[in-house]
Amino acid sequence: MNDAQGRPSRILLLGGASEIGLAIVAALPLAPDTHLILAGRNLAQMEERAATLPCTVTTTAYDATALETHRDFADTVFADADIDLVISAAGILIPQSELDRDPQRAGELVQTNFTGHVTTLLAVTRHLRNQGHGTLVVLSSIAAVRPRRANFVYGASKAGLDAFAQGLADSLHGSGVRLLLVRPGFVTGRMTQGMPPTPLSTTPDRVAAAVATALTTTTATAVWVPRALAPIALLMRLTPRVLWRRVKR
Amino acid sequence: MTTRLDGRPEERVLTGWGRTTRSRARVVGSLDGEALAELMAAQPPRGILARGAGRSYGDAAQNAGGIVVAPDAAPRIEPDLRAGTVRASAGSTFADLLSALVPHGLLLPVLPGTRHLTLGGAIAADVHGKNHHVDGSISSWLESIELIDGQGRARILSPLLDGPAFRATVGGMGLTGIIRAATVRLMPISSSRLQVSTHRVDHLDDLMAGLHQATQRYAVAWIDATAQGRALGRGVLDLGDHLDAPDPLHEPDGLHYRPTQPPAAPPLPFNPATALTARAFNTLWYRKAPRHTHRTASLNDFFHRLDAVAHWNRALGPRGFLQYQFAVPEDSAHLIAHVLQTFQNHRTAAFLATVKRFGPANGNPLSFPLRGWCLAVDMPAAAPGLGPLLDQLDRKIAEAGGQVYLAKDARLSASRFTDMYGDLKDWRTVRDELDPRHLMRSDLGRRLGLCR
Ligand SMILES: Cc1cc2nc3c(=O)[nH]c(=O)nc-3n(C[C@H](O)[C@H](O)[C@H](O)COP(=O)(O)OP(=O)(O)OC[C@H]3O[C@@H](n4cnc5c(N)ncnc54)[C@H](O)[C@@H]3O)c2cc1C
Ligand SMILES: NC(=O)c1ccc[n+]([C@@H]2O[C@H](COP(=O)([O-])OP(=O)(O)OC[C@H]3O[C@@H](n4cnc5c(N)ncnc54)[C@H](OP(=O)(O)O)[C@@H]3O)[C@@H](O)[C@H]2O)c1
Repeated sequence: MNDAQGRPSRILLLGGASEIGLAIVAALPLAPDTHLILAGRNLAQMEERAATLPCTVTTTAYDATALETHRDFADTVFADADIDLVISAAGILIPQSELDRDPQRAGELVQTNFTGHVTTLLAVTRHLRNQGHGTLVVLSSIAAVRPRRANFVYGASKAGLDAFAQGLADSLHGSGVRLLLVRPGFVTGRMTQGMPPTPLSTTPDRVAAAVATALTTTTATAVWVPRALAPIALLMRLTPRVLWRRVKR
Repeated sequence: MTTRLDGRPEERVLTGWGRTTRSRARVVGSLDGEALAELMAAQPPRGILARGAGRSYGDAAQNAGGIVVAPDAAPRIEPDLRAGTVRASAGSTFADLLSALVPHGLLLPVLPGTRHLTLGGAIAADVHGKNHHVDGSISSWLESIELIDGQGRARILSPLLDGPAFRATVGGMGLTGIIRAATVRLMPISSSRLQVSTHRVDHLDDLMAGLHQATQRYAVAWIDATAQGRALGRGVLDLGDHLDAPDPLHEPDGLHYRPTQPPAAPPLPFNPATALTARAFNTLWYRKAPRHTHRTASLNDFFHRLDAVAHWNRALGPRGFLQYQFAVPEDSAHLIAHVLQTFQNHRTAAFLATVKRFGPANGNPLSFPLRGWCLAVDMPAAAPGLGPLLDQLDRKIAEAGGQVYLAKDARLSASRFTDMYGDLKDWRTVRDELDPRHLMRSDLGRRLGLCR
């Protein structure tokens, strides 16, 4: 369980090499005995990227698209001891033009960003509910607000995830488990390499700092990073369709 | 938070007095011995824990995802006036007990700083009072404990006949079973009032010397946790003894105890409304205290000043607060000043500190008091950097052979706990006998590696 200073003793990072996910762990207050479990496809890479974190690190195989494995996966990671914090950061971003050419890849994207999260988070939530405490951090995106023609499959996958996470958060009310939904804008980093940043772009460290701050409060249910995105999201929803269609990226 | 329930189980998010750690459990109330045995036979997957009045500061009275047994709604108190003992249900609060006993000229020999705790919670934490240097902790006053152990067996534990099981349970933080009742030896008193002398003292050294030399039964020092530099550790020495005869002014009709009576001066040594004004209030309170006074005081005034404001814990903000309480042996007395100085340097907004002297330890594996000095400091949990700061102090206290008090703790790590309390092989052996399936579990136990 988190201690009196909100410090978790066991953390599970889904998408264990995620730049944002690892930045979140680094930004958290950590107790001396913290155990970090990295779950992902490339064990060596995850281990290498977590080398500087002040935690005991273990890695475990996890593929977001392998839906049939998610229940066993959750049973296994929770078998040893309680997990206090689960960060769900697996995700892929593929240019829309490629998806238009190869629709099957679009299916993979949706499976990674949405369906795989549904199966994994439902399996994980069963354990969190049983243990009566814990926090789930889910990485959504500004793209969830309204699909843009430049990346509407990614947008749709994030919109699905966002809606799912909101419903899950409500269902967790009173369970002792809390869900924090994170909606970053354009994050300059590995995922967006080569793409020109949009206005109000942010960095993994800033996303991480915002998450760490939100976790110190007892009330926050969602964070926008940067915060100015909240009113912008409202504008995005209100923009007439004729204009919205013309948004290039 | 009160947890009393009648019958119906209920899913509840529970927290300790400091409101820092929260977890959900299924709370059941008013179960008789048979129902408890049935509950244990069912082996609920996340275990079982008894809770008292929830006055422990941290996660001791929580069992995330498991069953929490709330105290019985009605106290059962059976005094034996001739023997000077009382047999009472574990759910009886100290206020219930004092109301029933004081009119007969009998007093609980150990009175912690609140009267709202239960007898069960007092035994599980092996509580101490301001007279530990003379009278020890509650363990030395127990004739017997009635326990439902982790196998659902009803047992009567006496210190002489069942030494190991008794010592594992007193201080055992609920991890050996559920205490149903206990018989406590009482202290005869001739008056419900105390002769109290209060001294304002400008330096920590003098304050500690004052405690050392005190000949009174009760001795405690309140420290202005905000005073700096040469004034570091200035405070007020509070010394008391029971009157030898009824006070004709205050108790013309004999001894009495009124738990609701509002306490008289001196006022609270801190402002319960905001920790940020701790400094102003500590200073004001210190300046206001007369250099020396002698007066008589009621039991409430002297022992339970902190109860004057109900639920003062809620006023301290949503992130809650914690108390860092530790004891160190005589030869490490300097750690008292060191810790106060450390909190000063880091602007932790500590708002209340008390120092006491402890008499010898009693050998119970999980009991807190040990001969030497004890400091307790209350502070907001949200102070930046507090985590690593306290980790560092834990290390120093462990190195000095000291201990942190589990009833106040919500953050000690399993490794520092082992440094302080040892590997607890004996305790674990006795627990395996009382509760071989390790059904008795708590959030504190999980954090410290005492259960899974
Ligand atoms: C204002 C204030 C002042 C205090 N001053 C002092 C002091 O001067 N000295 C001191 O020693 N302590 C002091 N305390 C701490 C307090 O005395 C202990 O935390 C005590 O254990 C609280 O009892 P409770 O009934 O509230 O138990 P809870 O806080 O509900 O439970 C505490 C522990 O007891 C166990 N427990 C409770 N009932 C049973 C039972 N029936 N069977 C088995 N286990 C049980 C629980 O599992 C838990 O581990 C103070 C606390 C406050 C809030
Ligand atoms: N970067 C942004 O601009 C931005 C903006 C808003 C939201 N987000 C979201 O934030 C999250 C983290 O992104 P990031 O910036 O940290 O990107 P990142 O560094 O690329 O991390 C994504 C991680 O997901 C993993 N992953 C991909 N497919 C997987 C699968 N099938 N199974 C298991 N793991 C898989 C990747 O592992 P591999 O190394 O094995 O591929 C990678 O470690 C994502 O959900 C992303 O959508 C990002």
